[in-house]
Amino acid sequence: MAAPPLSHPSIPAPGGRSPWSFRMSGQSLAGAAPLGDAPSRFRLFPRRLGAARRFVAPVVLVLLWQLAAQAGLVSTRLLASPAAIATAAWQLIASGELAYHLAVSLRRVAIGLAIALGFAVPLGLLAGLSRLGEDLVDATLQMLRALPFLALVPLLILWLGIGEATKIALVALGAAFPIYLTLFGGIRGVDPKLLEAGRVFGLSRAGLIRHIVLPGALPQALVGLRYALGTAWLSLVVGEQINATAGIGYLVMDAREFLRTDIILVGLLVYALLGLGADQLVRFIEKAALAWRPSVLGER
Amino acid sequence: MPDPVLHLSRFSRRFHGPGSPPVLDALDLIVPAGEFVALLGRSGSGKTTLLRTLAGLDPVTDGKAVLPERRAVVFQEPRLLPWKPVWRNVALGLPGPSAAARDRALAALAEVELSHRAEAWPLTLSGGEAQRAGLARALVREPDLLLLDEPFASLDALTRLRMQSLVGELWQAHRPAVLLVTHDVEEALLLADRVLVLAEGRLAEDLAVGVPRPRRRAAPGFDALRLRLLATLGVDEDGHDATARAA
Repeated sequence: MAAPPLSHPSIPAPGGRSPWSFRMSGQSLAGAAPLGDAPSRFRLFPRRLGAARRFVAPVVLVLLWQLAAQAGLVSTRLLASPAAIATAAWQLIASGELAYHLAVSLRRVAIGLAIALGFAVPLGLLAGLSRLGEDLVDATLQMLRALPFLALVPLLILWLGIGEATKIALVALGAAFPIYLTLFGGIRGVDPKLLEAGRVFGLSRAGLIRHIVLPGALPQALVGLRYALGTAWLSLVVGEQINATAGIGYLVMDAREFLRTDIILVGLLVYALLGLGADQLVRFIEKAALAWRPSVLGER
Repeated sequence: MPDPVLHLSRFSRRFHGPGSPPVLDALDLIVPAGEFVALLGRSGSGKTTLLRTLAGLDPVTDGKAVLPERRAVVFQEPRLLPWKPVWRNVALGLPGPSAAARDRALAALAEVELSHRAEAWPLTLSGGEAQRAGLARALVREPDLLLLDEPFASLDALTRLRMQSLVGELWQAHRPAVLLVTHDVEEALLLADRVLVLAEGRLAEDLAVGVPRPRRRAAPGFDALRLRLLATLGVDEDGHDATARAA
């Protein structure tokens, strides 16, 4: 088969001229400057706005949403207008309600995560560092992992009631598995050649763990932490719909009773921002703890 | 002759238990203190197996091995810990207070001309720099036996020449016994007092290199030794497989 660039000039252009001769004559007639300027004249947004251009589409969407709400195209009972959401957010902030519910939710996540870390890290270390530990721990946890943890809600309610304990337990359950799995995998994935080098240079077993195994497992474990934070928020959303009397989830459920879609949307926004914030936090930890990685080095 | 630092007698190693063909077959080897020995052999001849045992990575199960307490290895890949700066890699496993270990590591890095990279992350080093860091990590232990496992194999040709002369100089300065595992006959002849060829688990050749130092490839006698070693390895001068042609 002939390569496309070779066959291209043989296609006859309209008027019997080849596309090449047409372009050349156009250039010589019009001169280089107007041709060069033409694209920038039609550019909608100057390039120097840079990152701001990425916000154009969302902003336009929000404006359209607002216009549609004002024109009555969208029922404000089903979907509050952006202005109404902003007002509701401001009222919730000014009254201190949002801060209160946010604190309750953050406390649940913090305690749940702490419990998850408290269980998952020792178990991950035990299973990762010893064959006996793996046999004792890993098979059991892999079986439990196969169970969708949100399906445990009925049991948790029976065991722990409908108070804080169930919500915190859900967060802890959701966050524990990613931490355990990535820590275990990270430890087992440490380059055996590095371990050999460590042995040759006289490191004891404790030294190998401290200088090679744990730092080697850290990148994976931090990926697990990021993932765990994600599931922690998810568990929180579910947990806060069980008879909550405080928390962002309560705010949303309560607003539903009164058809306050503006407050519901504020709650969703807060959930999204919390997720983003948590992700940024882990990125920050990664940057500090994994400064040696080429990807991090490249960002400097 | 000085006391041997390394003494193997009837040392064998099998991978699949008694009765299986041995990788190393009743090997006898004596290396005196300060001698530079090069070990040649085709792939699969047991070079790496021997080196692993000498490094203490594999146990001695069959035969006897007398090894010095202080040994150090430079691997084919640098095997630096990427999460520790270069000097901490060099100081890894050194006994004593960390300030003293740091001073020793920096001194070793100066010897391999890598002082300016002491604080660098290993993944930012070039191939040659990483191997020099590996060399510093071995030297800082003041070994009686230095094991070099094809340390120049993955370097480009020019870097390899510089590394070879660096190893020669460091050996002259510190005089450890050296066992250099290599595929490169010329490298062996440039550096070693004695060249061994391992074939089918036995020493097929034990050749003293009488060429005076510093050595040049053009030195009289160099080429004859090279051809002889190539013949033992089963390759003729043009690189053809001599054993295959004979068969």
